[in-house]
Amino acid sequence: MRLAKIDWALGAVLAVMAVGVSACGSSSNSSTSASLPTSIGAGEGQLNLVAWEGYTQPEWVKPFEKQTGCVVHAKYAGSSDEMVTLMRQGGGSQYDMVSASGDASLRLIRGGDVAEMNVALVPDWKNFIPQLQSPSHNTVDGKHYGISLQWGPNILMYNPKAISPAPTSWAAIYDPKYKGQISVPNNPIQIADAALYLSKTKPSLGISDPYELTEAQLSAAAELLKAQRPLIKKYWALASDEIELFKNNDASIGAAWPYQQSTLQADKVAVKSLIPSEGATGWADTWMLSAHAKHPNCAYKWVNWVSTAKVQAEQALSYGETPANTKACAVMETLSKGSCGVYHANAPSAYFDSIKFWKTPVKECGNGQNDCMDYTAWQQKWTEVTG
Amino acid sequence: MSAVLFRRPWLRAVLLLSAPGAWFVLIYLTALALLFISALWSVEPFTGKLVHHWTFENFEQLFKVPAYRTIALRTIGIAAAVTITDAVLALPFAFFAVRVASKRLQSVLFVAVLIPLWSSYLVRVYVWRLILSKDGVLNWALENLGLGSLNIGYSNWAIWIVFSYIWLPFMILPIWSAFERLPDSYIEASADLGARGSQTFRTVVFPLVLPGIAAGSIFTFALTLGDFITPTLVGGAGSDFIGNVVFQNVGVANNVPFAAAFAVVPLVVMGIYLLGARRLGAFEAL
Repeated sequence: MRLAKIDWALGAVLAVMAVGVSACGSSSNSSTSASLPTSIGAGEGQLNLVAWEGYTQPEWVKPFEKQTGCVVHAKYAGSSDEMVTLMRQGGGSQYDMVSASGDASLRLIRGGDVAEMNVALVPDWKNFIPQLQSPSHNTVDGKHYGISLQWGPNILMYNPKAISPAPTSWAAIYDPKYKGQISVPNNPIQIADAALYLSKTKPSLGISDPYELTEAQLSAAAELLKAQRPLIKKYWALASDEIELFKNNDASIGAAWPYQQSTLQADKVAVKSLIPSEGATGWADTWMLSAHAKHPNCAYKWVNWVSTAKVQAEQALSYGETPANTKACAVMETLSKGSCGVYHANAPSAYFDSIKFWKTPVKECGNGQNDCMDYTAWQQKWTEVTG
Repeated sequence: MSAVLFRRPWLRAVLLLSAPGAWFVLIYLTALALLFISALWSVEPFTGKLVHHWTFENFEQLFKVPAYRTIALRTIGIAAAVTITDAVLALPFAFFAVRVASKRLQSVLFVAVLIPLWSSYLVRVYVWRLILSKDGVLNWALENLGLGSLNIGYSNWAIWIVFSYIWLPFMILPIWSAFERLPDSYIEASADLGARGSQTFRTVVFPLVLPGIAAGSIFTFALTLGDFITPTLVGGAGSDFIGNVVFQNVGVANNVPFAAAFAVVPLVVMGIYLLGARRLGAFEAL
C-alpha cells in the first residue's frame, strides 16, 4: 500500500514534466489574407508585440499609449527562431505584431503566419530609403508583408582593459589567446559570421554568400566554430546575458548588437566596438502583422508611430541602429549632434549593400543550383557545435 | 447516509478515489500518452507545421547525432555527481542532528535545513551566479586570503555546486528520518557485543540508513535530471542539459516531436533508477 502511494507521488512529478512538454505544441493554420484595409479604424485598446529587447522602450511607447489608447504588451525574443515560434503558438492570435529580421520574415510569410499590409496607410513609408521600401525579405510578388523599421551591423565588441592591442579582424573571437573571455550569440545564424570570416580568410572554399553554403562549406564553418567552443565563456541567449557577462568581467570580447554597447556605456562600462575588416553580418527588421491579429487597428497605429522621423530617431539613438526613414537624420542631429553620421543614417547606399543581411538559408542557392544547406541543417550543425 | 457508506466499503472507496482517479487518468496518463505519440510525428521545416505521419526519425536522430549523446551523458553524469555529493554531505549532518545534538539545537538545525526552501528557486540560482562570477564574492574572498582566484563561473563546475546546494534538503530529510527510526538499543547491543564505533557504523547503522539515502537520491537525481534553469543561468559553453534541448525545441525551434522524443530519455533513465532504488528499500523509507 505504501509503495502504491509513493508511485503516485513520483507519477505526479513525471506528469508535470510530461504536461510541460506536450502542452506547448500547436500547429498553425494558414489563412488567405483578407482584403486590405483602406483606413485605420478606432483602436482596440491594446496591442501585443513580439520584439527584440530594446525595441519597445518607454521613451516612445508611453506617448504612443497616451495618444492612441492602445496599451502595449511586449514579449522579448532572443532569436529569430523564437520569434517564429511565438507567432505560431496558440493558433497565431496571441500576438498582433513581430519585429522580424530577414531570417525570420520569409518563414513567416511562407507559413501563412503574417498578413499583407497596406503601405498607403503609412505616410512615412515614402520617406524610407529605397532599399527598404520593398525589400525581398518582406515583399513577395509585390505584396508588402510588413513595414521596414531599422537596420544595422552585428559588431565586434570588446573591453579595452582586457583586450589589447585593439582587434581589427573577426580572428579575435577565434583566437586561443582570449580563451574563456569570448561570448557569442546562441543562435544558428551565427554560422553565417563564421562563413563570412572564412570567405575572406580561406578563399579556396569559394564562399560568396554566407547564407548560401554547400555541405562542404557548412562543415568548414562548423569546424571553425567547434574549435572556437573551448574558448567560449558563454553562448548568450538574451542581450541582457551578454551585458551581465561584460559587467562582471566574465567576458571581454564577443559578437554583439549595438544595443549591448550603448547599455554598457550608459552603465559606465568602457566597452568599444568596431566593424572588422572582413565586414559584418547584419539585420534589417520589419514590423509584421499577424494573420490572426486581434488588434489590427492598434497595429497600424503602431507602425505609423514607429515610422515617424521622431520615433525612428529616438529608437536609432537608443538602440544604436540605422533608421529606415531618411527624414530621421535631421531629428537625430537635434537630439545628439553628429549622431546621424555615427549611425550611418546619411551613408551612401554602398554602405547598406556592404552588409550581409540575415536571411533564411534555403536549398535553392542564388547560383541556380539546389545544393545549399537549408535552415534545419544549420540548426543541427549548431547543436553539434554547442551541445 | 453514513450507515449506507459504512456497510458498503467499496462505495466509500469509489467516492473517495473518483476525483484523484480522474485527475490521474486525465492529466497524468493522457499527457504521457500524448508525449509518446507526438514523439513519433515530425515537423515541416519551413512552415513549422506538424506532420501527423508515423516515423522513428526523431529517435534515430537521438542516436545518430553525437551531440545528443554527449548531452544525455552529461545530464546523467552531473545528476549522479550531485546525488553522491549530497549523500556525502547529508549523512554526517543528519547523524549529528539526530544522535548528537541537543533537542534545542536539533530544532534549530531542522529550521536551517528548511529555510532555503522558503525563498524562490530563481533567486537562489542568481545569487550563486553573483558568487561565482569573475568579480564575484568567491574570488574576492580568495584573493583577500592570498589564494589567487578561481575561474569556475559559467561552467559545469558551477552547475554541480549549485545543484548540490539546491537539492541538499531533499537528501537530508529522508536520511534524518532514517536515523530517527534507528533504535538506540541496536547501537548499545552492538557495543555490548564488542564492536568498535567504525564497525557498528559499517554493519549496523549504514545498512539501516541506506534506504533513507536511496530515497533521498531519488529526489536529487530526478530533480537534477529534469532541470534546465540552472544550466541556463550558471552553465557556460557546452553545459546544455536534456531539459535545455527540450526547451529549445519547443520554445525556439518549434520542433515539439523531437522535444518529446528527447524527453522520453529521462523517463527511461528514471524508470531504471527507480527499480534499483526499490531494491535498496527506498520506498519503505519515505
